[in-house]
Amino acid sequence: MSRDGHTRLQTVIISMIVSLMLAIAPMPGWADAFRPDWVTLTLIYWAMNLPRTYGVGWAWMIGLVLDVAQGTLLGQYALALSLVIYVTVTFHLQMRQFPALQLSVTVFGLLALFQFILFWINGVAGVNTPAVSYWGPVLTGSLIWPLLTMLYGGVRDRARN
Amino acid sequence: MAPAQTESRHRSPNSPALGLRFLLLAGLSILFLVTDHRNNHLDAARKAIGATVYPLRVVVDAPVSLWRWIVDTTASRNELRLENSRLNIERLLTRARLQRYAALEAENTRLRTMLEATTRVRHRVRIAEIMSVSSNPFRHVLVVNKGTRDGVFDGQALIDAHGVVGQIIKAGVLSSQGILISDPDHALPIEVNRNGLRTIAVGTGEFDRLVLPFLPNNADIRVGDLLVTSGLGGAFPAGYPVAIVDSVLRIPQEPFAAVSAQPSAALNQVKEIMLIWSAIDQPTDEIVAADAPEAVASEESTDE
Repeated sequence: MSRDGHTRLQTVIISMIVSLMLAIAPMPGWADAFRPDWVTLTLIYWAMNLPRTYGVGWAWMIGLVLDVAQGTLLGQYALALSLVIYVTVTFHLQMRQFPALQLSVTVFGLLALFQFILFWINGVAGVNTPAVSYWGPVLTGSLIWPLLTMLYGGVRDRARN
Repeated sequence: MAPAQTESRHRSPNSPALGLRFLLLAGLSILFLVTDHRNNHLDAARKAIGATVYPLRVVVDAPVSLWRWIVDTTASRNELRLENSRLNIERLLTRARLQRYAALEAENTRLRTMLEATTRVRHRVRIAEIMSVSSNPFRHVLVVNKGTRDGVFDGQALIDAHGVVGQIIKAGVLSSQGILISDPDHALPIEVNRNGLRTIAVGTGEFDRLVLPFLPNNADIRVGDLLVTSGLGGAFPAGYPVAIVDSVLRIPQEPFAAVSAQPSAALNQVKEIMLIWSAIDQPTDEIVAADAPEAVASEESTDE
Protein backbone atom coordinates (compact mmCIF):
# COMPACT_ATOMS: atom_id res chain seq x y z
CA MET A 1 0.00 0.00 0.00
CA SER A 2 2.71 2.45 0.93
CA ARG A 3 4.77 1.51 -2.10
CA ASP A 4 1.68 2.03 -4.22
CA GLY A 5 1.19 5.45 -2.62
CA HIS A 6 4.79 6.26 -3.36
CA THR A 7 4.62 5.51 -7.09
CA ARG A 8 1.33 7.38 -7.19
CA LEU A 9 2.93 10.44 -5.65
CA GLN A 10 5.68 10.26 -8.25
CA THR A 11 3.16 10.01 -11.06
CA VAL A 12 1.20 12.97 -9.75
CA ILE A 13 4.29 15.12 -9.29
CA ILE A 14 5.62 14.32 -12.74
CA SER A 15 2.24 15.07 -14.31
CA MET A 16 2.12 18.39 -12.42
CA ILE A 17 5.61 19.38 -13.57
CA VAL A 18 4.84 18.48 -17.17
CA SER A 19 1.59 20.44 -17.13
CA LEU A 20 3.33 23.45 -15.57
CA MET A 21 5.90 23.25 -18.34
CA LEU A 22 3.17 23.08 -20.97
CA ALA A 23 1.56 26.10 -19.32
CA ILE A 24 4.68 28.25 -19.60
CA ALA A 25 6.06 26.91 -22.90
CA PRO A 26 6.27 29.65 -25.50
CA MET A 27 3.69 29.36 -28.26
CA PRO A 28 2.86 31.47 -31.30
CA GLY A 29 0.36 34.24 -30.60
CA TRP A 30 -2.69 32.74 -32.28
CA ALA A 31 -2.26 29.41 -30.50
CA ASP A 32 -1.82 31.12 -27.16
CA ALA A 33 -5.48 32.07 -26.97
CA PHE A 34 -6.38 28.39 -27.34
CA ARG A 35 -3.85 26.91 -24.95
CA PRO A 36 -5.75 24.51 -22.68
CA ASP A 37 -5.42 25.04 -18.94
CA TRP A 38 -3.15 22.02 -18.53
CA VAL A 39 -2.57 22.56 -14.85
CA THR A 40 -6.28 22.92 -14.10
CA LEU A 41 -7.13 19.79 -16.05
CA THR A 42 -4.46 17.75 -14.32
CA LEU A 43 -5.54 18.98 -10.90
CA ILE A 44 -9.18 18.18 -11.67
CA TYR A 45 -8.21 14.68 -12.71
CA TRP A 46 -6.25 13.93 -9.55
CA ALA A 47 -8.77 15.63 -7.29
CA MET A 48 -11.53 13.55 -8.84
CA ASN A 49 -9.69 10.26 -8.50
CA LEU A 50 -7.66 10.78 -5.33
CA PRO A 51 -9.64 13.46 -3.48
CA ARG A 52 -8.20 12.63 -0.06
CA THR A 53 -4.64 13.34 -1.01
CA TYR A 54 -4.81 15.94 -3.73
CA GLY A 55 -7.36 18.44 -2.52
CA VAL A 56 -7.60 22.18 -2.16
CA GLY A 57 -4.31 22.69 -0.30
CA TRP A 58 -2.39 21.07 -3.10
CA ALA A 59 -4.29 23.10 -5.70
CA TRP A 60 -3.63 26.30 -3.79
CA MET A 61 0.12 25.75 -3.72
CA ILE A 62 0.25 24.89 -7.42
CA GLY A 63 -1.85 28.01 -7.99
CA LEU A 64 0.74 30.19 -6.27
CA VAL A 65 3.49 28.71 -8.42
CA LEU A 66 1.38 29.38 -11.50
CA ASP A 67 0.81 32.97 -10.36
CA VAL A 68 4.51 33.57 -10.20
CA ALA A 69 5.16 31.77 -13.47
CA GLN A 70 2.49 33.75 -15.32
CA GLY A 71 3.21 37.07 -13.66
CA THR A 72 -0.36 37.54 -12.51
CA LEU A 73 -1.31 38.94 -9.12
CA LEU A 74 -0.16 36.61 -6.39
CA GLY A 75 -3.19 34.61 -5.30
CA GLN A 76 -5.20 34.86 -8.51
CA TYR A 77 -4.60 31.37 -9.86
CA ALA A 78 -4.41 30.09 -6.29
CA LEU A 79 -7.95 31.27 -5.57
CA ALA A 80 -9.39 30.11 -8.88
CA LEU A 81 -7.74 26.69 -8.67
CA SER A 82 -8.71 26.04 -5.07
CA LEU A 83 -12.33 26.94 -5.82
CA VAL A 84 -12.44 24.62 -8.83
CA ILE A 85 -10.81 21.80 -6.85
CA TYR A 86 -13.16 22.41 -3.94
CA VAL A 87 -16.12 21.89 -6.27
CA THR A 88 -14.43 18.85 -7.82
CA VAL A 89 -13.71 17.20 -4.48
CA THR A 90 -17.23 17.91 -3.26
CA PHE A 91 -18.76 16.20 -6.29
CA HIS A 92 -16.05 13.64 -6.99
CA LEU A 93 -18.31 10.66 -6.35
CA GLN A 94 -20.95 11.86 -8.78
CA MET A 95 -18.31 12.81 -11.34
CA ARG A 96 -16.79 9.33 -11.30
CA GLN A 97 -20.17 7.91 -12.32
CA PHE A 98 -20.71 10.30 -15.21
CA PRO A 99 -20.50 8.95 -18.76
CA ALA A 100 -17.66 10.46 -20.77
CA LEU A 101 -19.73 13.08 -22.55
CA GLN A 102 -21.38 14.33 -19.39
CA LEU A 103 -18.03 14.45 -17.67
CA SER A 104 -16.62 16.57 -20.49
CA VAL A 105 -19.53 18.95 -20.07
CA THR A 106 -18.85 19.10 -16.32
CA VAL A 107 -15.20 19.83 -17.00
CA PHE A 108 -16.32 22.53 -19.41
CA GLY A 109 -18.31 24.06 -16.56
CA LEU A 110 -15.38 23.82 -14.15
CA LEU A 111 -13.02 25.44 -16.66
CA ALA A 112 -15.56 28.18 -17.31
CA LEU A 113 -15.76 28.78 -13.57
CA PHE A 114 -11.97 28.91 -13.42
CA GLN A 115 -11.71 31.45 -16.24
CA PHE A 116 -14.54 33.46 -14.73
CA ILE A 117 -12.67 33.83 -11.44
CA LEU A 118 -9.56 34.95 -13.33
CA PHE A 119 -11.66 37.37 -15.35
CA TRP A 120 -13.33 38.68 -12.24
CA ILE A 121 -10.08 39.29 -10.36
CA ASN A 122 -8.61 40.95 -13.44
CA GLY A 123 -11.65 43.17 -13.58
CA VAL A 124 -11.44 44.16 -9.92
CA ALA A 125 -7.70 44.77 -10.17
CA GLY A 126 -8.24 46.88 -13.29
CA VAL A 127 -6.29 44.61 -15.65
CA ASN A 128 -7.58 45.30 -19.12
CA THR A 129 -8.88 42.19 -20.80
CA PRO A 130 -11.15 41.49 -23.76
CA ALA A 131 -13.64 38.90 -22.52
CA VAL A 132 -14.10 36.87 -25.69
CA SER A 133 -10.82 34.96 -25.73
CA TYR A 134 -11.36 33.58 -22.24
CA TRP A 135 -13.46 30.97 -23.96
CA GLY A 136 -10.59 29.57 -26.04
CA PRO A 137 -8.93 27.62 -23.21
CA VAL A 138 -12.31 26.44 -21.91
CA LEU A 139 -13.23 24.94 -25.28
CA THR A 140 -9.88 23.33 -26.03
CA GLY A 141 -9.59 22.18 -22.43
CA SER A 142 -12.86 20.29 -22.41
CA LEU A 143 -12.12 18.84 -25.85
CA ILE A 144 -8.75 17.56 -24.70
CA TRP A 145 -10.11 16.22 -21.42
CA PRO A 146 -11.06 12.71 -22.68
CA LEU A 147 -7.58 12.23 -24.15
CA LEU A 148 -6.01 13.37 -20.92
CA THR A 149 -8.08 10.94 -18.82
CA MET A 150 -7.09 8.11 -21.15
CA LEU A 151 -3.43 9.08 -20.83
CA TYR A 152 -3.48 9.41 -17.05
CA GLY A 153 -5.55 6.25 -16.68
CA GLY A 154 -2.96 4.36 -18.70
CA VAL A 155 -0.13 5.80 -16.67
CA ARG A 156 -1.86 4.86 -13.42
CA ASP A 157 -2.50 1.32 -14.58
CA ARG A 158 1.10 0.92 -15.53
CA ALA A 159 2.26 2.39 -12.22
CA ARG A 160 0.08 -0.09 -10.35
CA ASN A 161 1.48 -3.15 -12.10
CA MET B 1 2.70 21.78 3.92
CA ALA B 2 2.70 18.58 1.93
CA PRO B 3 -0.79 17.17 1.86
CA ALA B 4 -0.35 14.53 4.51
CA GLN B 5 -0.90 11.04 3.22
CA THR B 6 -2.16 9.91 6.59
CA GLU B 7 -4.58 12.75 6.98
CA SER B 8 -8.26 11.79 6.83
CA ARG B 9 -7.71 8.38 5.40
CA HIS B 10 -10.78 7.18 7.18
CA ARG B 11 -12.83 10.25 6.77
CA SER B 12 -14.76 11.15 3.68
CA PRO B 13 -13.06 13.95 1.75
CA ASN B 14 -16.34 15.83 1.92
CA SER B 15 -16.05 16.39 5.62
CA PRO B 16 -16.68 19.90 6.95
CA ALA B 17 -12.92 20.25 7.21
CA LEU B 18 -12.79 20.54 3.43
CA GLY B 19 -15.08 23.55 3.36
CA LEU B 20 -13.20 25.13 6.22
CA ARG B 21 -9.87 24.53 4.55
CA PHE B 22 -11.17 25.98 1.31
CA LEU B 23 -12.49 29.10 3.06
CA LEU B 24 -9.19 29.55 4.85
CA LEU B 25 -7.19 29.24 1.62
CA ALA B 26 -9.60 31.48 -0.28
CA GLY B 27 -9.27 34.11 2.44
CA LEU B 28 -5.50 33.82 2.29
CA SER B 29 -5.59 34.18 -1.52
CA ILE B 30 -7.69 37.31 -1.27
CA LEU B 31 -5.32 38.71 1.35
CA PHE B 32 -2.41 37.98 -1.01
CA LEU B 33 -4.27 39.54 -3.92
CA VAL B 34 -4.97 42.75 -2.06
CA THR B 35 -1.46 43.04 -0.66
CA ASP B 36 0.09 42.30 -4.01
CA HIS B 37 -2.16 44.74 -5.81
CA ARG B 38 -1.59 47.63 -3.41
CA ASN B 39 2.11 47.32 -2.78
CA ASN B 40 5.12 45.11 -3.16
CA HIS B 41 5.31 43.50 0.26
CA LEU B 42 5.12 40.05 -1.28
CA ASP B 43 8.17 40.44 -3.49
CA ALA B 44 10.22 38.12 -1.29
CA ALA B 45 7.61 35.36 -1.55
CA ARG B 46 7.35 35.92 -5.27
CA LYS B 47 11.10 35.64 -5.66
CA ALA B 48 11.23 32.47 -3.58
CA ILE B 49 8.54 30.80 -5.67
CA GLY B 50 10.10 32.22 -8.82
CA ALA B 51 13.34 30.44 -8.00
CA THR B 52 11.48 27.12 -8.04
CA VAL B 53 9.96 27.94 -11.42
CA TYR B 54 13.31 28.88 -12.93
CA PRO B 55 14.48 25.30 -13.63
CA LEU B 56 11.16 24.63 -15.35
CA ARG B 57 11.70 27.63 -17.58
CA VAL B 58 15.19 26.45 -18.44
CA VAL B 59 13.85 23.03 -19.37
CA VAL B 60 11.03 24.53 -21.42
CA ASP B 61 13.50 26.79 -23.16
CA ALA B 62 15.96 23.95 -23.79
CA PRO B 63 14.44 22.60 -27.05
CA VAL B 64 14.44 26.09 -28.53
CA SER B 65 18.02 26.72 -27.44
CA LEU B 66 19.03 23.30 -28.70
CA TRP B 67 17.39 23.92 -32.06
CA ARG B 68 19.13 27.27 -32.38
CA TRP B 69 22.41 25.68 -31.45
CA ILE B 70 21.91 22.97 -34.07
CA VAL B 71 21.00 25.52 -36.71
CA ASP B 72 24.02 27.62 -35.77
CA THR B 73 26.50 24.79 -35.80
CA THR B 74 25.25 23.15 -38.96
CA ALA B 75 24.89 26.30 -41.00
CA SER B 76 26.60 25.63 -44.29
CA ARG B 77 29.76 27.43 -45.21
CA ASN B 78 28.02 29.19 -48.02
CA GLU B 79 25.32 30.52 -45.72
CA LEU B 80 27.93 31.73 -43.31
CA ARG B 81 29.80 33.47 -46.12
CA LEU B 82 26.62 35.16 -47.27
CA GLU B 83 25.75 36.22 -43.77
CA ASN B 84 29.27 37.43 -43.21
CA SER B 85 29.26 39.61 -46.29
CA ARG B 86 25.83 40.94 -45.43
CA LEU B 87 26.96 41.79 -41.93
CA ASN B 88 30.07 43.43 -43.31
CA ILE B 89 27.98 45.68 -45.51
CA GLU B 90 25.72 46.42 -42.59
CA ARG B 91 28.69 47.27 -40.45
CA LEU B 92 30.04 49.66 -43.09
CA LEU B 93 26.71 51.41 -43.32
CA THR B 94 26.40 51.65 -39.56
CA ARG B 95 29.93 52.97 -39.32
CA ALA B 96 29.20 55.63 -41.88
CA ARG B 97 26.13 56.63 -39.94
CA LEU B 98 28.11 56.60 -36.73
CA GLN B 99 30.63 59.06 -38.14
CA ARG B 100 27.87 61.49 -38.78
CA TYR B 101 26.53 60.74 -35.34
CA ALA B 102 29.85 61.55 -33.73
CA ALA B 103 29.91 64.91 -35.49
CA LEU B 104 26.33 65.56 -34.44
CA GLU B 105 27.06 64.59 -30.89
CA ALA B 106 30.00 66.97 -30.80
CA GLU B 107 27.79 69.71 -32.12
CA ASN B 108 25.10 68.84 -29.62
CA THR B 109 27.56 68.94 -26.76
CA ARG B 110 28.77 72.35 -27.91
CA LEU B 111 25.25 73.69 -28.22
CA ARG B 112 24.31 72.26 -24.87
CA THR B 113 27.27 73.89 -23.23
CA MET B 114 26.27 77.13 -24.89
CA LEU B 115 22.76 76.74 -23.55
CA GLU B 116 24.16 75.71 -20.19
CA ALA B 117 22.02 72.63 -20.14
CA THR B 118 23.07 70.79 -17.06
CA THR B 119 22.54 67.16 -17.65
CA ARG B 120 23.39 64.68 -20.24
CA VAL B 121 22.66 61.08 -20.16
CA ARG B 122 24.99 58.24 -20.75
CA HIS B 123 23.61 54.82 -21.52
CA ARG B 124 25.01 51.42 -20.87
CA VAL B 125 23.47 48.56 -22.75
CA ARG B 126 23.49 44.85 -22.14
CA ILE B 127 22.04 42.07 -24.21
CA ALA B 128 19.55 39.69 -22.65
CA GLU B 129 17.74 36.74 -24.11
CA ILE B 130 13.99 36.28 -23.95
CA MET B 131 13.16 33.03 -22.20
CA SER B 132 9.44 33.05 -22.64
CA VAL B 133 6.55 35.24 -23.58
CA SER B 134 3.45 35.29 -21.42
CA SER B 135 0.87 32.69 -22.22
CA ASN B 136 -1.88 35.09 -21.30
CA PRO B 137 -2.92 36.81 -24.53
CA PHE B 138 -4.10 39.95 -22.74
CA ARG B 139 -0.92 40.54 -20.87
CA HIS B 140 2.11 40.98 -23.04
CA VAL B 141 4.69 39.90 -20.53
CA LEU B 142 8.04 38.34 -21.30
CA VAL B 143 10.76 36.79 -19.21
CA VAL B 144 14.41 37.63 -19.83
CA ASN B 145 17.41 35.69 -18.58
CA LYS B 146 18.94 38.49 -16.54
CA GLY B 147 18.01 39.33 -12.98
CA THR B 148 19.04 41.45 -10.02
CA ARG B 149 22.30 39.51 -10.00
CA ASP B 150 23.15 41.28 -13.27
CA GLY B 151 21.94 44.63 -11.98
CA VAL B 152 18.46 44.52 -13.49
CA PHE B 153 15.95 46.70 -11.63
CA ASP B 154 12.21 47.30 -11.70
CA GLY B 155 11.22 49.82 -14.33
CA GLN B 156 14.29 49.29 -16.48
CA ALA B 157 13.83 50.02 -20.18
CA LEU B 158 14.07 47.25 -22.79
CA ILE B 159 14.91 47.96 -26.42
CA ASP B 160 15.75 45.96 -29.50
CA ALA B 161 17.70 47.01 -32.58
CA HIS B 162 14.79 49.07 -33.90
CA GLY B 163 13.20 50.69 -30.90
CA VAL B 164 11.61 50.43 -27.50
CA VAL B 165 10.27 47.01 -26.55
CA GLY B 166 9.03 47.50 -23.00
CA GLN B 167 10.19 47.67 -19.42
CA ILE B 168 11.00 45.37 -16.52
CA ILE B 169 8.16 44.99 -14.05
CA LYS B 170 9.45 42.32 -11.70
CA ALA B 171 13.17 41.82 -11.39
CA GLY B 172 13.94 38.37 -10.04
CA VAL B 173 17.30 37.04 -9.03
CA LEU B 174 18.12 35.04 -12.16
CA SER B 175 15.38 36.12 -14.53
CA SER B 176 13.05 39.08 -14.72
CA GLN B 177 9.62 39.80 -16.07
CA GLY B 178 9.10 42.63 -18.47
CA ILE B 179 5.98 44.17 -19.95
CA LEU B 180 5.76 45.00 -23.65
CA ILE B 181 4.66 48.42 -24.85
CA SER B 182 1.78 46.67 -26.63
CA ASP B 183 0.25 45.48 -23.35
CA PRO B 184 -3.14 47.12 -22.90
CA ASP B 185 -2.02 48.36 -19.50
CA HIS B 186 1.14 49.98 -20.70
CA ALA B 187 1.38 53.71 -21.37
CA LEU B 188 4.52 55.37 -22.60
CA PRO B 189 5.32 59.09 -22.64
CA ILE B 190 6.45 60.00 -26.15
CA GLU B 191 7.01 62.95 -28.40
CA VAL B 192 6.69 63.44 -32.12
CA ASN B 193 10.20 63.61 -33.48
CA ARG B 194 9.25 66.17 -36.12
CA ASN B 195 7.87 68.88 -33.84
CA GLY B 196 8.31 67.80 -30.24
CA LEU B 197 4.56 67.36 -29.63
CA ARG B 198 4.26 65.38 -26.42
CA THR B 199 1.67 62.75 -25.71
CA ILE B 200 1.16 59.22 -24.42
CA ALA B 201 1.20 56.00 -26.41
CA VAL B 202 -0.97 53.23 -25.00
CA GLY B 203 -0.79 49.54 -25.86
CA THR B 204 -3.75 47.81 -27.45
CA GLY B 205 -3.09 44.13 -26.88
CA GLU B 206 -2.07 43.79 -30.53
CA PHE B 207 1.63 43.46 -31.23
CA ASP B 208 1.58 45.79 -34.20
CA ARG B 209 -0.52 48.69 -32.97
CA LEU B 210 -0.29 51.41 -30.33
CA VAL B 211 -2.84 54.16 -29.90
CA LEU B 212 -2.39 57.81 -29.00
CA PRO B 213 -5.69 58.55 -27.31
CA PHE B 214 -4.99 62.03 -25.95
CA LEU B 215 -4.33 64.08 -29.05
CA PRO B 216 -6.84 66.85 -29.86
CA ASN B 217 -8.27 67.01 -33.35
CA ASN B 218 -6.13 69.97 -34.30
CA ALA B 219 -2.86 68.40 -33.15
CA ASP B 220 -0.06 68.59 -35.65
CA ILE B 221 0.46 64.94 -36.39
CA ARG B 222 0.59 63.10 -39.68
CA VAL B 223 0.89 59.60 -41.00
CA GLY B 224 4.57 58.70 -41.12
CA ASP B 225 5.62 60.74 -38.10
CA LEU B 226 8.25 59.08 -35.98
CA LEU B 227 7.43 58.89 -32.28
CA VAL B 228 10.33 58.79 -29.84
CA THR B 229 10.46 58.45 -26.07
CA SER B 230 10.27 61.82 -24.37
CA GLY B 231 11.95 60.67 -21.18
CA LEU B 232 9.31 62.39 -19.12
CA GLY B 233 7.98 59.33 -17.35
CA GLY B 234 11.38 58.71 -15.87
CA ALA B 235 11.41 55.04 -16.84
CA PHE B 236 12.60 55.42 -20.39
CA PRO B 237 15.60 57.42 -21.48
CA ALA B 238 14.68 60.10 -24.04
CA GLY B 239 15.15 59.78 -27.75
CA TYR B 240 14.60 56.10 -28.52
CA PRO B 241 12.28 55.40 -31.43
CA VAL B 242 8.95 53.92 -30.38
CA ALA B 243 6.58 53.80 -33.32
CA ILE B 244 5.59 55.30 -36.62
CA VAL B 245 2.14 56.83 -37.01
CA ASP B 246 0.15 54.78 -39.49
CA SER B 247 -3.28 56.31 -39.28
CA VAL B 248 -4.76 59.60 -38.18
CA LEU B 249 -8.51 59.89 -38.08
CA ARG B 250 -10.02 63.23 -37.19
CA ILE B 251 -13.70 63.01 -36.43
CA PRO B 252 -15.14 66.53 -36.23
CA GLN B 253 -17.55 66.03 -33.34
CA GLU B 254 -15.09 64.07 -31.18
CA PRO B 255 -12.71 65.91 -28.86
CA PHE B 256 -9.76 63.65 -29.64
CA ALA B 257 -8.31 62.39 -32.86
CA ALA B 258 -8.02 58.63 -33.31
CA VAL B 259 -4.32 58.10 -33.93
CA SER B 260 -2.66 54.73 -34.15
CA ALA B 261 0.97 53.86 -34.69
CA GLN B 262 3.03 50.82 -35.54
CA PRO B 263 5.82 49.98 -33.08
CA SER B 264 9.31 50.21 -34.56
CA ALA B 265 10.51 47.22 -32.55
CA ALA B 266 9.48 43.80 -33.82
CA LEU B 267 7.59 43.01 -30.63
CA ASN B 268 6.52 39.50 -31.46
CA GLN B 269 9.70 38.27 -33.09
CA VAL B 270 12.55 39.49 -30.95
CA LYS B 271 14.71 36.90 -29.25
CA GLU B 272 17.50 39.12 -27.99
CA ILE B 273 16.74 42.41 -26.38
CA MET B 274 18.83 45.04 -24.71
CA LEU B 275 18.57 46.35 -21.18
CA ILE B 276 19.48 50.00 -20.72
CA TRP B 277 21.17 51.51 -17.72
CA SER B 278 21.16 55.26 -17.95
CA ALA B 279 23.13 57.44 -15.61
CA ILE B 280 22.80 61.17 -15.56
CA ASP B 281 26.12 62.87 -15.32
CA GLN B 282 27.56 66.31 -15.71
CA PRO B 283 28.44 67.64 -19.15
CA THR B 284 32.04 67.29 -20.09
CA ASP B 285 33.97 68.99 -22.79
CA GLU B 286 35.07 65.90 -24.59
CA ILE B 287 32.57 63.78 -26.41
CA VAL B 288 31.22 61.01 -24.27
CA ALA B 289 30.44 58.26 -26.66
CA ALA B 290 27.77 55.86 -25.61
CA ASP B 291 29.50 52.95 -24.00
CA ALA B 292 29.91 50.01 -26.24
CA PRO B 293 27.56 47.16 -25.45
CA GLU B 294 29.12 45.03 -22.78
CA ALA B 295 28.13 41.81 -24.30
CA VAL B 296 28.37 42.09 -28.02
CA ALA B 297 26.57 39.06 -29.30
CA SER B 298 29.08 37.25 -31.40
CA GLU B 299 26.40 35.38 -33.28
CA GLU B 300 24.38 38.47 -33.92
CA SER B 301 20.96 37.36 -34.95
CA THR B 302 19.36 38.73 -38.03
CA ASP B 303 16.00 39.94 -37.00
CA GLU B 304 13.89 38.92 -39.85
